[in-house]
Amino acid sequence: MIYRETGQFKTSYAADQAVLRLREDRIGLAVILLLAYVAIPLLASEYWLSTIMLPFLIYALAALGLNILTGYAGQLSLGTGGFMATGAFAAYKLATAFPGLDFVVVLILSGAITAAVGVLFGLPSLRIKGFYLAVATLAAQFFLLWLYNKIPWFTNYSASGVISAPTRTALGIPVTGFEASVTAKYLFVLIVVTLLSLAAKNMTRLEVGRSWMAIRDMDIAAEIIGIRPLTAKLTAFAVSSFYCGIAGALWAFSHTGAVEALAFDIGVSFRVLFMIIIGGLGTILGNYLGAAFIVLLPIFLNNALLGLGMQEAVAMASHLEAMIMGALIVFFLIVEPHGLARLWQIGKEKLRKWPFPY
Amino acid sequence: MEVLDLVLFEPVRGILDAPLFFVEVLIGGLMSGVMYALVALGFVLIFKASGVFNFAQGSMVLFAALFFVGFMDAGVPMWLAFLLTLAVMVVLAFAVERMVLRPLVNQPAITLFMATIGITFFLDGLGQAIWGSDVRRLDVGIPEDPIIVADIFINQFDLFAAVICGTLVAVLALFFQYTPTGRALRAVADDHQAAMSVGIPLSTVWTIVWVVAGIVGLVAGIMWGAKLGVQFNLSLIALKALPALILGGLTSVPGAIVGGLVIGAGEKVAEVFWGEVLGGAIEDWFAYVLAMVFLLIRPEGLFGEKIIERV
Repeated sequence: MIYRETGQFKTSYAADQAVLRLREDRIGLAVILLLAYVAIPLLASEYWLSTIMLPFLIYALAALGLNILTGYAGQLSLGTGGFMATGAFAAYKLATAFPGLDFVVVLILSGAITAAVGVLFGLPSLRIKGFYLAVATLAAQFFLLWLYNKIPWFTNYSASGVISAPTRTALGIPVTGFEASVTAKYLFVLIVVTLLSLAAKNMTRLEVGRSWMAIRDMDIAAEIIGIRPLTAKLTAFAVSSFYCGIAGALWAFSHTGAVEALAFDIGVSFRVLFMIIIGGLGTILGNYLGAAFIVLLPIFLNNALLGLGMQEAVAMASHLEAMIMGALIVFFLIVEPHGLARLWQIGKEKLRKWPFPY
Repeated sequence: MEVLDLVLFEPVRGILDAPLFFVEVLIGGLMSGVMYALVALGFVLIFKASGVFNFAQGSMVLFAALFFVGFMDAGVPMWLAFLLTLAVMVVLAFAVERMVLRPLVNQPAITLFMATIGITFFLDGLGQAIWGSDVRRLDVGIPEDPIIVADIFINQFDLFAAVICGTLVAVLALFFQYTPTGRALRAVADDHQAAMSVGIPLSTVWTIVWVVAGIVGLVAGIMWGAKLGVQFNLSLIALKALPALILGGLTSVPGAIVGGLVIGAGEKVAEVFWGEVLGGAIEDWFAYVLAMVFLLIRPEGLFGEKIIERV
């Protein structure tokens, strides 16, 4: 009764094609953005911002990248970690080579470099499909990490291989490194994620996004109706890697403050994959739900185990965490193969009728 | 030019200078390839019969090895430990079929693949929650000292592994060829619906396949465990079976063996002769890149079924 289209008339094509056509949706998004931009920085403690909100936002961005590739274009990839590492190291090299450069420019350039690397590793997708491709993307994961570990040029010949991210400014405000305040880091990451999400949402509504989905649903049929698989697949790889690269750069610069290849191992690739499965393949909303779930679950489980008086069993907690995570993934796939985002869809359908039965 | 010379010619010169050493490295690589093949075999069995790309095979290897070494350490004789672990793997197969595969029947392949990643996490967690995450030594009484044939050192353990693997493949081939169950498995692999319409119970067949894959995993786990000690890394080593698998072709048992051999030999030779030039530890990625390059030429792998696509 409250949440429905009735009475909201569109008088222009622009209004009819808006991303959020319902007044309620617009109000809801405005409230969420207001919470994220105003309430959380004011109310949340530094601990909350740095251990929950920052990883959540950055993982959501990485999930967005993978979702474009896997959820929209249907190319299963296990190389997310490698692409994130590429973004982190590209940003590090750029930031140290040109210390005066604005961090926004560094981010965009490192995203572009990662996109180029992504296209390179996406080339096999023109011939290799399905599970074969998934294994082939493992080559990106292992090769890229090896490269950043072994070639000293990438770490500026530092002896330990672990390097701290320097402080860099965006529009004159320090947003990375140890001198930046957590709030500044949070707001900067939030702005980046907001803008890139908006871009992704619109991209999936444009011709390029539609060609991705056609390729996903059946690539031969798509080819026959005139979609170029080469362009569609490679743009998907490029855009996806661009997002993952920026996520990796933010992870190293804004979150951990250390640039190291080991932070982006195969486990990260799987974690991001889980986010998009649990959140929902081929949805934008799902990335946030999935990322929130995967980031919060370990914290919740740890606290629950502590509450039960199991302080000494740290190793046990991590094993239990793995078990519960595995069981939940299977559970979600059985109950709702389309992810949490589908639950929201179903909820919306129900809301249209509420409180009447039909 | 100097770099090209270092990468292209210097290692080849190294090979030509010491052909015996090269043969030794090659044989060592082939033998470790046998170990990859053991893991890849489990993948192929399940993929053929149910179309499920079972990512959990590596974890099943670790899981079985953990139980086996756990029973051994508790003072159980080896044959009994083997049987007990076998029982565990059978229970696991039933549980997987009942709780994961059956509710997910008719879902797209990618959903089932994701579900097996879930199983992977669950098994890794469960195995280590029960048996702890320390490295455990596993001694099954296989001699490790090398034997010398025509001036070439061959590790006796590797030879033993090769024999075990060969036996296992032979037994599996006989089982598939000559038993009614094996025939049912092949029928399901060929065509699910046709198999069902002649009265082959699909869920039973899937359980059997998972049991067989569990047994293969157990053997692989014992061999890997005896070689490297039973530890969490085993499930990562199993990832290396993936390139072997796709190089050979996802649906072919001989493909898994050949793929394993190619990957094992290729990565050892690359590591020994090219590793230093490229910066070392290229074993980490060589297998994947080799498989990727190979697939560019033959997208369905060496012996995989030709992929025919229609609209």
